[in-house]
Amino acid sequence: MQTIPIEHGLILASILFAIGLIGVLTRRNVIFVLMSLEIMLNATGLAFIVASSRWGHAEGQVMFIMILTLAAAEVAIGLGLIIQMYRRYHTVDISLLSGMKG
Amino acid sequence: MIILFYLAAIIAVISTLCVIVQSNIVHALIYLILSLLAVAVIFYVLGAPFAAMLEAIVYAGAIMVLFLFVIMMLNLGQRSTDQERSWMTAKGWIAPSVMAAILLAQLLYVLGGYEYDLVPVEVGVMEVSALLFGPYVLAVELASILLLAGLISAYHLAKK
Repeated sequence: MQTIPIEHGLILASILFAIGLIGVLTRRNVIFVLMSLEIMLNATGLAFIVASSRWGHAEGQVMFIMILTLAAAEVAIGLGLIIQMYRRYHTVDISLLSGMKG
Repeated sequence: MIILFYLAAIIAVISTLCVIVQSNIVHALIYLILSLLAVAVIFYVLGAPFAAMLEAIVYAGAIMVLFLFVIMMLNLGQRSTDQERSWMTAKGWIAPSVMAAILLAQLLYVLGGYEYDLVPVEVGVMEVSALLFGPYVLAVELASILLLAGLISAYHLAKK
């Protein structure tokens, strides 16, 4: 059986995480921000799977399932908030929501 | 099997880059599905077939369809694509990209010290479920409560 150096898997996870971070920081469309958050959560799941594969354990997959559940709940609530935001302001520009009423 | 890992890794990085530079939101979503499927291939190569199947079914299937439904509900169209294009200026991109690149370089520098080799051994559904319903049963219950809370709040938020 051939081997994969563990740092290659972790480097891939870091690259995907950094791309997702750039997406969160630069996009103004709130749906793109949510998609970039998904990329970042997926990259952390990849890091867990790589680490559990290194030791031959199943705990990493358990943590991946927890991350998956978290991502599903987060997306459901986030998309509900986006629908509510579009109803009130008729836009998906996230910088409109920077002000507070008080 | 090793060549599969590197091919899927290249596809994942390129399609994820395509997601954050797209101006058409549906195209970005399709690229994101491609990226998630590539990550599922990587999971399979690394010996986690259960995680690979969950990635394909839950992430690329359910969550992305949820995104697609919301995009169709909002009915953004061509106007939104033009607006997206006008928002993507070089000034807004350079500073965050450089800072994220510096963080990535630091991560790569730290990770460069590891010299472990990974031998992909298949860890199947049985081991994972034995853990899920053994020592981690409390976490499973908490996850179910989290999903219930997500369901209720999504219903409340999306209601008229």
